[in-house]
Amino acid sequence: MTALPVPAPARPGPLRWVRPAAVLVIAAVTIGIPLWLVAVTSVKPQAEAIKPNLSLPHHVQAAENYQQSFDQGKMIQGFVNSLLVVVPSVVLVLLLGAGAAWVFARRKGRLVGALYALSISGLLLPPAVITIVMELRQLGLAGTQWGMIAVYTGMYLSTSIFFMTGFIRNLPEELEEAARMDGAGPARVFFQVILPLLRPVVATATIMVMLFAWSDIFYAFFVLGGGDKATLPLNLYQVANAQLYLNNWHLIFAYVVMMSLPMVAVFVVAQRRVVSGITSGAVK
Amino acid sequence: MADTATVGVTDANSRKQAHGSTPHTPRRRPRTRSDQPWWFALPALAVFGVFFLLPNLLNFVYPFTNWSAFHSDIRFAGLSNIRSILQDGSMLRDIRITVEYAVLVALFQNGFGLALALLLERDTRFNRFFRAVFFLPVLISALAVGYIFRALLAQDGALNSVLSSLAGHQVDTPWLGSTTWTLVVVTLVHGWKWMGLAMLIYLAGLKSMPGDVLEAARIDGAGGWRTFWSIRFPLLAPAVTFNVTTALIGSMNTFDIVQATTAGGPGSETEVFNIYMFRVFGQGLYAQASAMSLVLFLIVVVLAVPVIVGLRRRENNQ
Repeated sequence: MTALPVPAPARPGPLRWVRPAAVLVIAAVTIGIPLWLVAVTSVKPQAEAIKPNLSLPHHVQAAENYQQSFDQGKMIQGFVNSLLVVVPSVVLVLLLGAGAAWVFARRKGRLVGALYALSISGLLLPPAVITIVMELRQLGLAGTQWGMIAVYTGMYLSTSIFFMTGFIRNLPEELEEAARMDGAGPARVFFQVILPLLRPVVATATIMVMLFAWSDIFYAFFVLGGGDKATLPLNLYQVANAQLYLNNWHLIFAYVVMMSLPMVAVFVVAQRRVVSGITSGAVK
Repeated sequence: MADTATVGVTDANSRKQAHGSTPHTPRRRPRTRSDQPWWFALPALAVFGVFFLLPNLLNFVYPFTNWSAFHSDIRFAGLSNIRSILQDGSMLRDIRITVEYAVLVALFQNGFGLALALLLERDTRFNRFFRAVFFLPVLISALAVGYIFRALLAQDGALNSVLSSLAGHQVDTPWLGSTTWTLVVVTLVHGWKWMGLAMLIYLAGLKSMPGDVLEAARIDGAGGWRTFWSIRFPLLAPAVTFNVTTALIGSMNTFDIVQATTAGGPGSETEVFNIYMFRVFGQGLYAQASAMSLVLFLIVVVLAVPVIVGLRRRENNQ
């Protein structure tokens, strides 16, 4: 078999352009076309958008579509509702996870090992969504934001405990020792020594939780339901479900654009953090 | 250390570290019980226990009751729910479909991710820009991704109209209406959504390759193809484990993409577990939905966990 000289140095001659050209074509077809479809459909009038296609709009009515979608989709309410459940969940996952990870990383023994194994079982096991509803009803938390926060926190604690325990084990214990010698109690050691050192892995855990919780509809459906507690993606589902019967693709895609922009904006601003956060946590 | 390998996700690095560092730490103040008090772990254990473990335990009870929207009380009902999901064929069908879905997603997500990582491996400004471009689908919510592809792949949708103008005659392939191929199409969409994440993980793996090993291979006259399969790919094992794990677990819990593209159709041929639970719960048959949730739990434990533990072992043995 003829060996293809793969990555290392830049290839000489005309072949040097093969790879960038391939990248451009793949990006245009796989990313460009779907995003173009969204953008172009979101500014068309209903008659043109009824059969979604890639052609340019004959008549642009961006402002109307976005305004209508914004109002019907209760954009602001959805955004606030999403923030109200996702932000506390992330904070709890990080704070509670860090406390547990500290104990699991430093203490030794059979019980510690068993509890650690149990705590990270949520990495693999699926949440039992049906009985969660049952339990929340009995606790009086069904349909409340507190219930949703508790469920998300329970679901993602395993991820943060796993990442943070691995991270703390690699931290030199001397730093804690030094603080203890100065007479610091456990609470001060945790909040002033451990938590600040956790910054890189906090980024990883935050991103992982955000990627899933911000766009979740499945669990939100069971716990929050529709109504005035609905999160942003849940609103999209309700808007889309109503609009699909009316063939209002232009309104659906206007909503998709508005809903996706915050995440894309966060990524563009914090791109390097996000990338290094994901990769440093996953593969060491 | 307790046998965390049964869970399959021990941190290999920290194990190495623990082995390496214990011998040469000199005298040290003896560890006291109160250095890391248990109450730091208690809140996490409580929340995890009450809102994750307890529901999973209850999930072994409620499938055997008559819990539904139609009774005010909940009574023991034996195996009637299991029997009814067995007899209407939904249990075996959903197991088959979910497993096929998970395997295909693991293939596509990793295949696309690895190909993109190799394509964009060199650290140029051009490549960095396109890495960000391929990461965009990860940021769009899965539900939105589903609607985008529903518009693209509908019978009178964008793809068929492009194909029609290319072919010069009317093309109306029912991309989302085939009882055989639609599952593959939906898993391709799922792979598309997450390929950017797999790409980043593979890029990190490629970057951490020891330069001297690759250099030695080059001096020994190994070509690019040979170097990739016998050196670089085996060294990617941790990245493969991570990506296959997230793909398997993510796809077994999938809902949004399937709901938005096909809602389980045509003829239930893309009905994964979560679609079934959602539908049946909506009909008020809570115990029956809980029975399917138990089946999902068992399938993950019986099929996905051994694969992940196996990958982890393979990686540690290298």
